[in-house]
Amino acid sequence: MCGIAGIIHRDAAADVGSEMTHMLQSMKHRGPDSSGFALFGPPTDLIAIRFKLADANDARDFEYRERLERHRLEVESRLNKIGAAIDRVESETEYAYRATVRYEGDIKALADYLEDVPGCEVLSLGHSLEIVKDLGDAQEVSDLYKLGGFQGTHAIGHVRMATESDVDISGAHPYWAYPFSDVAVVHNGQLTNYFHWKRRLEFSGHRFQSECDSEIIAVYLAEKMADGRSLEEAMHESLDDLDGVFTYMAVTKDSLGVAKDEMAAKPLVLYESDELVAMASEEIAIRAIIDHEIDTYDPYERQVLVWSR
Amino acid sequence: MEPVASIERRITYDARGLAEPDAEAPGTSQIDDGKAVFDAAPHSTRQINLELRRLIYEEGIRDVTVLNPGAKHSIGVGILQRCRIRFEGSLGYFGLGVIDGPEIVVNGRVGWSVCENMMSGVVVIQKNAGSLAGAAFRGGDLVIKGSVGARTGIDQKGGTIIVGGDAGSMTGFMMQRGRQIICGDVGPGLGDSMYDGTIYVAGTVKALGIDCVPGEWTDADTELIDRKFRLYGLDKPDSFQKFVCGKMLYNYDNLEPSERKLVIH
Repeated sequence: MCGIAGIIHRDAAADVGSEMTHMLQSMKHRGPDSSGFALFGPPTDLIAIRFKLADANDARDFEYRERLERHRLEVESRLNKIGAAIDRVESETEYAYRATVRYEGDIKALADYLEDVPGCEVLSLGHSLEIVKDLGDAQEVSDLYKLGGFQGTHAIGHVRMATESDVDISGAHPYWAYPFSDVAVVHNGQLTNYFHWKRRLEFSGHRFQSECDSEIIAVYLAEKMADGRSLEEAMHESLDDLDGVFTYMAVTKDSLGVAKDEMAAKPLVLYESDELVAMASEEIAIRAIIDHEIDTYDPYERQVLVWSR
Repeated sequence: MEPVASIERRITYDARGLAEPDAEAPGTSQIDDGKAVFDAAPHSTRQINLELRRLIYEEGIRDVTVLNPGAKHSIGVGILQRCRIRFEGSLGYFGLGVIDGPEIVVNGRVGWSVCENMMSGVVVIQKNAGSLAGAAFRGGDLVIKGSVGARTGIDQKGGTIIVGGDAGSMTGFMMQRGRQIICGDVGPGLGDSMYDGTIYVAGTVKALGIDCVPGEWTDADTELIDRKFRLYGLDKPDSFQKFVCGKMLYNYDNLEPSERKLVIH
């Protein structure tokens, strides 16, 4: 089933960490397997890299900690070798890390070089994007990664009921649109031409970290945008190229968009005010952060809506 | 065989801690002159429904107002009694399902699948509704003053669904009987694979579904439209188009499946 949520503040920044936690937690019944957040903080000249060196449910063998430490040092070494000046590297959990670096080079080369380290997966990379995802409900993940109080302008999130791939962090949403900085996607639905697009995108040199069909959307949009399309144009084209039933949200450093397939088979409820736009699979998620009576509506089939700051 | 009474009740579906097998009606309603009001905000779906049932079936109250339903799911289901219920706020998914007889007003919006399998009565939604409004609708009137999502009245088997605004794709999909009156525009696939029934549309139709065709307007159509709009005090559009089933799909012939293969269409 899965639940997705998004929020974008039109002007000022807000505690999007807590807002997204409340929205996702209210939809826990739609997917208790894993929860994920794509949060956009104030842009800086540093690049934030969220990466993991093992999955949450990997076996803790005798050498587990030493191996992760060895791999973390290898990541730092590679950052230096590729010309990224390390600001800091922090461990968020025993297997997930956040690094900030100063780097002017090719993003794809950076991500590929880091992911060549055994067990390493870059979850997000960008000047303001931070993707956090892990097993458990939204409150557990938020508490684990201390997301309460995260000041930002917009965010998307996902609670997952795993259906077509494993219950692990790699299969959790949001997906970073590798190798495009500051772009992420959450998705509710199923893509029926998954293998067609996976092969097609792999031939173009893209990599996939999971068997999850949703990862296709992120990479698909990234490729379109790399070719010069705007987010909105890329999302419109996706309605013809992607088969199946889906409602997905995509975010860039200054925009949040949502698209529905031509069957409108997956739910989405929208609320717009002068201050913010909030949307979710269920209205209770919007009401989790807004305490007064509101008017909401459902987007229609083949509708693409994009809000920009 | 083990006596039924001794079998321990087991929860076969635990909605991740949301099941409440031992919940009781909160009993917090204020009852005055045969009318009851209660605040749903602090209560779970199950508690709200238990309170409604307590009031209607045990207390014999015939006029209930529910404050702050908070878009919770599955509220007001299974009411099989003539009574009046007013929700001051929005309902979530699967609200007002399987009801038979009540007159209900929702002063807010409703999520997916409102009034699924409704048997009789009247439901008026003051704002928008999500997809699948009136799925498998069997009787009574469902009036949605705002717009609705996709597949309104899917598998509808009777009754009348009135939509004041627009409707999404596949409206009236597999409709088998009853009427739909849409005042705004309608998305693609209108009346797709419908068996019977009538759909009236005042706005534009993006595309007709398979086997949905324009119907011949009669005085009975005019009388129905006038009566329904007068009854609910709605602004009536100037004109409507009428759509019915073309009855050209395979299920309308007399052929056995093996014979159908021999027929060239």
